[in-house]
Amino acid sequence: MSDLVFDTADRLFGDAIDKALLDAAEAGTFPTALWQSVEQTGLVEAFADAETGVADAAAVLRAAGRHAAPLPIAETLLARRLLQRAGLDAPEGPLAIAASGDANRIEVAAGRVSATLRGVAWAGQARAFVLLTGDRVLLVAPASATIEAGRNLAGEPRDTVVLDGPVLAEAAAPIDLERWRRENAWARSLLMQGAMETTLEIAATYANDRVQFGRPIGKQQSIQHQLALMAEEVAAASVAARLATERLDAEDAFLAVAAAKIRCGEAAGKAAEYAHQVLGAIGFTHEHHLHHLTRRLWSWRDEYGHEGEWSIALGREVARIGGAGLWSWLTKA
Amino acid sequence: MTALRFDPPTLPAEAEALRRQVRAFLAEERAKGSWSPRGDFGTHPDVAFSRLVGAQGWIGMTWPRRYGGHERSGLERYVVTEELLVSGAPITAHWIADRQSGPLILRNGTEAQKMRFLPRIARGEIFFCIGMSEPDSGSDLVSIRTRATKVDGGWRITGRKVWTSNAHISDYAITLVRTGPAEPDRHSGLSQVILDLKAPGVSIRPIRNLAGHHDFNEMVLDDVFLGDDMMVGQPGDGWKQVTSELAFERSGPERFLSTYRLLTALVDRGGEAPDDRVAETTGRFVAHLWALRGMSLSIAGMLQAGETPNLEAACVKDLGNAFERAIPETARLVAPSAMPMPGANDPFDAIQAEAVLNAPSITLRGGTREILRGIIARGLGLR
Repeated sequence: MSDLVFDTADRLFGDAIDKALLDAAEAGTFPTALWQSVEQTGLVEAFADAETGVADAAAVLRAAGRHAAPLPIAETLLARRLLQRAGLDAPEGPLAIAASGDANRIEVAAGRVSATLRGVAWAGQARAFVLLTGDRVLLVAPASATIEAGRNLAGEPRDTVVLDGPVLAEAAAPIDLERWRRENAWARSLLMQGAMETTLEIAATYANDRVQFGRPIGKQQSIQHQLALMAEEVAAASVAARLATERLDAEDAFLAVAAAKIRCGEAAGKAAEYAHQVLGAIGFTHEHHLHHLTRRLWSWRDEYGHEGEWSIALGREVARIGGAGLWSWLTKA
Repeated sequence: MTALRFDPPTLPAEAEALRRQVRAFLAEERAKGSWSPRGDFGTHPDVAFSRLVGAQGWIGMTWPRRYGGHERSGLERYVVTEELLVSGAPITAHWIADRQSGPLILRNGTEAQKMRFLPRIARGEIFFCIGMSEPDSGSDLVSIRTRATKVDGGWRITGRKVWTSNAHISDYAITLVRTGPAEPDRHSGLSQVILDLKAPGVSIRPIRNLAGHHDFNEMVLDDVFLGDDMMVGQPGDGWKQVTSELAFERSGPERFLSTYRLLTALVDRGGEAPDDRVAETTGRFVAHLWALRGMSLSIAGMLQAGETPNLEAACVKDLGNAFERAIPETARLVAPSAMPMPGANDPFDAIQAEAVLNAPSITLRGGTREILRGIIARGLGLR
């Protein structure tokens, strides 16, 4: 089932997304037709199946990462899931998400919300804002938003949003803030996995094609070894992402999600470094496709906690368990 | 480009039940004084302990019962192996026979060889080592010069093997020899034989390593007679057989757990409320370990399904070895007041010392990192 979802999403993104579309999206032209196909194909509802939903959503995210899809896929998938669990109807179209904590402030009184939110992905495209406080899920209309545009390293919208207006719908929060952060970190891990897969393919292909010193550079041992190390990083990241997918809804998902964000985040930096080294100057140009992937890797590894933050959190948990208990904790998860 | 395939299996309930049995066995035997953790680099073989493990049915676990095996799954063997390794139990003596020599004989040996060797290996009565490297042949293994010459009823072998771990405590060595010409290609003409280490003409000399331990040996073979019944497989099939063992040799938990006990010692040294540096270090290492175990388990699943994931195994070994070496290198920087010293009373100091001194061997034994990366690059379609 999830393989089928992956193939569908991979084909849809692969057919529609090229360098021109990515450049246009970065310049501010939202790929509306592509978004409509994503909705029509049902990909934003990938979580729907109770049995295979998480794996299906993982497949969509990985495919989106592979093609650097310039769309709020992760946000809309997770927002729809949150709304559905809260018993609220999800509006059609792209959704923006934000939660209390960090730099965000959300206040609700007498059916009105007043909020300042930072780093909101694709706020300008949102048909609705889905907010999670410690105890409530809120739906707010875009008409209540004042948006100050911002961007991450990849040029993806990460906006500052001031909300002031009525709450359209609300319900008790079905999950706590920590779980919500876990789900978002998991989604970033899957996006990174996909982007790393393509980055590796580009680098391996280039190494076979590019001739220097009278032969393809892929015949040089130093290049071979960098690509081997890159493949190892991608493999470890993929396995960590996969293990997190299998455990996302488990009570003790913390270890698996932390490991995925740490391992994917670390691999993302290394994969980008190796790929750029192999491609040389051409890979550093704007004209080449590579940066649409590597700039996303550099952005996504920092979003929802970089590997240092997650490592400290995981290390503190490990300290509570102690050296003697560590192995049984790992083998139980 | 060949995509690397990793598909971590869920361990079956039998394997988890077995895990509890292994833990109970280790705790009970340790309480009795049968063993204590004494080093993680194969420097403390313990024949008596290996017999205890054999008596539990945990050597040759996957082999057919008629050869003394226990017909358990590869995943069950995996669980036993990882439990023994993380505990620091002395399993060096039977390790090679269980992982490699026994399976080789099972796959390629004659019925008589299987009946003669496998039940005794499974009981922990006989031990094997592997004679591969020579003074002039390391990573370029096909260049070996130890030669077996056909004589009436068998072979006469002359040559020198080096870096042969545990030859001094083993009964037999699976030895790679040249039996035929290096043509049409140099991979042909190699054969694997079962060498009786007590045979006339075999001399074994210790080679101490930089950590001061005796693990390596030099084996000099001077016109050693070997009966026809000690050839494994057909003469000339040696290279094919050696390469078919690689996924078994390179993917197991021993490829990333050899400094695990230093990680737990670091966790304990950091205490219940560690500073950020210790927490970040241990957290990151646990994340790496988690992913490596997933990769290694998925290879165990593929091996059980009869596949030969050599490429994936090379990944696990290279990445796992880098992880093993990173632990002592980072631990020394973040551990509060560490003073590494071999044999120190403080477990952290003792294990740290052992890990630093043994680290160079990690990325050499069982395929150097350079060879592994070449294999992976070829899998990516380069070369």
